[in-house]
Amino acid sequence: MFFGYYPGCSLHSTAAEYDASTRALFEALNIPLKEIPDWNCCGATSGHSLNTYLCHSLSLRNMVLAEGVASHLVVPCAACYNALRSTQAFLKSGTKEAKKLQEDIKLSIGQEYKGMLEVHHLLEVLGTPDILSLIKEKQKVSLAGLKPAAYYGCLLTRPPKVVNFEADAEQPQLMDRLLKALGAEPVSWSHKTECCGASLSIPAPEIVEELVKKIVQAAVRAGANLLVTACPLCQTNLDSRQPEDYKLPVLYISEILALALGISAPWLNKHLIDPSPVLKSCNF
Amino acid sequence: MQENKVLPQPHLLSWVQETSGQPVSRCYQCYKCTGGCPVASFMDILPHQIVRCLHLGLEDELLKSKSIWLCASCHTCKARCPNGIDIASINDVLKAKVISRGLVPASSTIATFHREFLASVEKYGRAHELGLVMAYKWKTRDYWKDLSLGVKMFRKGKFRLWPDRIQNKEQLRSIFKRARGEA
Ligand code: SF4
Ligand code: SF4
Repeated sequence: MFFGYYPGCSLHSTAAEYDASTRALFEALNIPLKEIPDWNCCGATSGHSLNTYLCHSLSLRNMVLAEGVASHLVVPCAACYNALRSTQAFLKSGTKEAKKLQEDIKLSIGQEYKGMLEVHHLLEVLGTPDILSLIKEKQKVSLAGLKPAAYYGCLLTRPPKVVNFEADAEQPQLMDRLLKALGAEPVSWSHKTECCGASLSIPAPEIVEELVKKIVQAAVRAGANLLVTACPLCQTNLDSRQPEDYKLPVLYISEILALALGISAPWLNKHLIDPSPVLKSCNF
Repeated sequence: MQENKVLPQPHLLSWVQETSGQPVSRCYQCYKCTGGCPVASFMDILPHQIVRCLHLGLEDELLKSKSIWLCASCHTCKARCPNGIDIASINDVLKAKVISRGLVPASSTIATFHREFLASVEKYGRAHELGLVMAYKWKTRDYWKDLSLGVKMFRKGKFRLWPDRIQNKEQLRSIFKRARGEA
């Protein structure tokens, strides 16, 4: 078993710890990840904001390249995942524009999309029964004492019919299930799919601060001692824009799983809010 | 305000329905979209009002509105609308119309951010976050906001100094050209 791997731009810079921990995790599980050669940016929010067709074209190039590597692609970034799934839905619509997109990409890159690729978010891969039991088999450290608030955000879950992440888009459970399986006690809380403001962080930080404050307050109110995300935009916003006095650490799901597998975690010092007090209090 | 004199105009409505793929005319003004919208309190025209403006053909009002830029594309409206209307997609085509007509975007900061982001992708094939933030600051003449946060992130090694580039620039150039309708 192996997977194609699409890290996306954030995982090569602001979210380097997400990339490092994901790779380490798969290595420990003996599942090879093959990075898509010469992948490009998915266009993110800016792409579809100004030119949706461009966004689909960028994703389709990645899909063609990915198809040459593996039939299953794992994507840790929720924004990239959303872009790829949206493009797949767009192609499936079979409209005139969708056909033009296929033609255009053939002309631009000299290759055709065969339509065989399956796109998965990292969480979906980790949550498959086989891989979850493999993780449990290799677990060295219990996550007991951790009370994470599993935060899914927008791009992973919406629009539900396009991304098809989980049946109930208002109440996703996958991350909670993973955390629980390894001994943590995920809290039940109100804001797991509220928006963090994503790309507004730079041009409209006052909005993002307001949204992040509500999310962090809700997590604390529910008794969480840390937030867990599966999206580099969410992690960066929650880590950098929460009110000074909260200091609620924000870790990636891959970092938590790596801890459970006893993998050394040099990347933990990359976070603005130091997670070590909480991790120490839980005997990590 | 000229609320008593507005006569519905179908042109804008049908254009938006076609380009965004959203069934805009199905809306029955239940306000569910606005109820769940995370940025509603910052908007000048609320999500359900955006749809109503489309019904009435109030094009100027929409193209001058801040809301189309403030929309975070969270798709909460789409997930909850009983008629499956995605206001994020509507806002996307309206933003594209503002740009293609050469009008001034109601939020110049957000528009500048999107432009710089795409410029970075067009240049390197991948977004270079540090370069993009610096270009954005330069264009908006807003050097001080978030400076200390930027320094903190820099110290943590969050930014890559030099851009990550893709090899196949030709393919990228062709993709951008076609998406702009230049090829
Ligand atoms: S939720 Fe849908 S039907 Fe209700 S007001 Fe909004 S767009 Fe119209
Ligand atoms: S997609 Fe835009 S309009 Fe819809 S709920 Fe989110 S921010 Fe509001």
